[in-house]
Amino acid sequence: MTQVELPRNTPPEDNRPGIQVAAHTAPKVWKWYDYFTFNVDHKVIGIQYLVTAFVFYLIGGLMAVAIRAELATPDSDLLDPNLYNAFMTNHGTIMIFLWIVPSAIGGFGNYLVPLMIGARDMAFPKLNAIAFWLNPPAGALLLGSFFFGGSQSGWTAYPPLSLVTANTAQTMWILAIVLVGTSSILGSVNFVVTILKMKVPSMKWDQLPLFCWAMLATSVLALLSTPVLAAGLVLLLFDLNFGTSFFKPDAGGNVVIYQHLFWFYSHPAVYLMILPIFGIMSEVIPVHARKPIFGYKAIAYSSLAICVVGLFVWVHHMFTSGTPGWMRMFFTISTLIVAVPTGVKIFGWVATLWGGKIRFTSAMLFAIGLLSMFVMGGLSGVTMGTAPFDVHVHDTYYVVGHFHYVLFGGSVFGIYAGIYHWFPKVTGRMLNETWGRVHFILTFIGTNLTFLPMHELGLQGMPRRVAMYDPQFITLNQICTFGAYLLGISVIPFTINIIWSWVAGQKAGDNPWRALTLEWTTSSPPTIENWEVLPVVTHGPYDYGKNGHSTVLETGETAIPVN
Amino acid sequence: MQQIPVSLLTLVAGVAITIVSIWVGQNHNLLPVQASQQAPLVDGFFSIMVSIATALFLVVEGTILIFLVQFRRRRGDDTDGVDVEGNFPLEIFWTAIPSLIVLILGIYSVDVFQQMGGFEPGSHPHLPHTHSKAHAAQMSGSAIAATLSDASAIESEKIAPASLPEIGIGANPQQLGKPADLVVNVTGMQFAWLFNYPESGVSTGELHVPVGADVQLNLSATDVIHSFWVPQFRLKQDAIPGIPTELRFVATKPGTYPVVCAELCGGYHGSMRSQVVVQTPEEFKNWLQENLIANQQELKEAVAVNPTNLSTSEFLAPYTRNLGINPETLKKLVKSR
Repeated sequence: MTQVELPRNTPPEDNRPGIQVAAHTAPKVWKWYDYFTFNVDHKVIGIQYLVTAFVFYLIGGLMAVAIRAELATPDSDLLDPNLYNAFMTNHGTIMIFLWIVPSAIGGFGNYLVPLMIGARDMAFPKLNAIAFWLNPPAGALLLGSFFFGGSQSGWTAYPPLSLVTANTAQTMWILAIVLVGTSSILGSVNFVVTILKMKVPSMKWDQLPLFCWAMLATSVLALLSTPVLAAGLVLLLFDLNFGTSFFKPDAGGNVVIYQHLFWFYSHPAVYLMILPIFGIMSEVIPVHARKPIFGYKAIAYSSLAICVVGLFVWVHHMFTSGTPGWMRMFFTISTLIVAVPTGVKIFGWVATLWGGKIRFTSAMLFAIGLLSMFVMGGLSGVTMGTAPFDVHVHDTYYVVGHFHYVLFGGSVFGIYAGIYHWFPKVTGRMLNETWGRVHFILTFIGTNLTFLPMHELGLQGMPRRVAMYDPQFITLNQICTFGAYLLGISVIPFTINIIWSWVAGQKAGDNPWRALTLEWTTSSPPTIENWEVLPVVTHGPYDYGKNGHSTVLETGETAIPVN
Repeated sequence: MQQIPVSLLTLVAGVAITIVSIWVGQNHNLLPVQASQQAPLVDGFFSIMVSIATALFLVVEGTILIFLVQFRRRRGDDTDGVDVEGNFPLEIFWTAIPSLIVLILGIYSVDVFQQMGGFEPGSHPHLPHTHSKAHAAQMSGSAIAATLSDASAIESEKIAPASLPEIGIGANPQQLGKPADLVVNVTGMQFAWLFNYPESGVSTGELHVPVGADVQLNLSATDVIHSFWVPQFRLKQDAIPGIPTELRFVATKPGTYPVVCAELCGGYHGSMRSQVVVQTPEEFKNWLQENLIANQQELKEAVAVNPTNLSTSEFLAPYTRNLGINPETLKKLVKSR
């Protein structure tokens, strides 16, 4: 009773007429050019998100390399300081809004959620496609803004600085963020409805894969917080272009209000970037450790807890700004509380490793890399979350080191783990494992070389967002720069591996990892409507080693019982 | 369901990790010299967090490493791991322990913040005399005017309470209710710091303070947000256009320390640096005297043309001429007030 059964005699669900029509008119498989069109298939949209995001990752990465090259010496000798600020601003903006958020939520979310819950598509396929197609113009606006000097006020765009530097570029930047924000809101509505309404009836709530729980929490959080950012940015846009003075201090405006509006979204944005990744972790680790996830309910509820508490911590970005003492203390305590549900997840994954049969595949290596580095980022995060200490390290390289540990060591490692794990499903071909390991080793060493010394730089007195610095910091900065070059190089084997394997990789079969979630019950790549006949859920998503059975071999059609 | 494993081995490991963590917390040498009364408070708090973090880091990373080795798949083994889905007491344990740690850290951070003076900005005694001295500079030109004519001092006193800084780091508990020994008005502008001593009328480009004195900085900015940071003081506060803020500290160690702008303020943000010179009271007095004489020679010129009839920018011109401030910057400074 532990295998996935495919009841061949059940007719496909036909209570969704829109999709049924599509089934009759759509071709059997998509041609390559279908991926460049307005396509409503959630799998096409997922791939569109991932590939577009990866291109922007490379662009943002090149900006990072330019930044680190400038910082190899204390003087501003490579880039014009204003161009440096434009690179710094757009590096952050692109990595957040055009790489991590769209790849984790748009890419993996769209591709996997319907497959994991046994649905044929998302609830609103057209809305889904619209949400994706808001992203390319946003990217074009950001890149185009460089013709006007590029936005130079940091990804935070604090007024009055954002009101007095590179106005045209700043306006384009605001429009780009409003576009991706809108995309995020539309996508989130879709996820919430899809997860709540469209899972196969045979799937109980405690059989919902943890990735879907994470996506649910992510979407709710995005729905609650994104409109606030949009509001703040629209006010800024009016100040810039239409003569209002919401944030102009010499005309009665208040610059701190903007910071509240901005961080009310942008702190939850951190969780938008990590919660889906936590979901990926909860999928990858059990499969490659051949163990049930440790504490399913704790991990599911902790996502929701992070979603709720995460809405009430934003002022910790403003401890040295215009905030009174009581507010600094209130948000110190709420910030510290977030560490608890996050810790629950970390401990759950570590415990999942216990008693497993760990396979060191590339996906698993990146998942373990994430686990080890997120601990570091989490601990430094707790120290910064306390106002007395943050008064020293706020806006220093300590902060830069911290958030790269959680966003690069965390989110990006998670995205890599997800790509290595689901690439066989998406393309029907395996990635080369040897080059995957090379990629992992380069990335792991590069990450620690680049971001670990930054903590010490910040503690010693180096502020962030500077193009020139005190010569006493040169040694540590050169280590960081060397690490950044290594990270730049690490992308090369990965990119070649992806392209080569997509064309000529070893055939994967339907379920190469012998995983138990529903996406592995269909063909690789899945057919256009995911299944000919919808699967029936007969066991939990992580029932490895259950009832003495060993592992499901192929698509649940044949299973090898131990005895 | 297993119990939380407590064996001799884990006990030994626990003791070792505790010792190592405490040692690391006391000997990490990650922070620069302590030069203010607040610095030891911040550092003590940081050291405790480093100890806790080291312990957690060693436990979690060590556990991961041990598990990776112990539970690696052996060649030819295609079976699954053991069927364990959770352990309720263990889950309660690792929820409760971090909760307890963050609770203690939270309470402790409130205490540290209170000792640093974080709850008391703007809690100056309401003596008209100190008011006019401390806050006169919140209006353009009036800081220097206050030393010249009583009329302008009285005038500024009326307006001063409205611009009392209520944000920042204020008096520490020992100094609570007492006026600061020295008040300095600090103005941030792209890309320089301007320090004005309202009691003597001295304006400079670097900050001088006597060691052991209770110093209050009134921070303001003329163009964009800046942030006043002295790493050796462990203190930072944004200087925000339109919102007065303050930073109150006692420097404890003579020396010269960097004043760094920590909030992105434009292309040359990285070069917006100055220094704070902590001197013995005698040295400070001499320095102040020298600058007073230098300033007064020009001051007499100003008095000769009757300063009350001058516009603020005309009035300020002689004082700022030697500071490398051009008329445009000054105009902005005047306008934003």
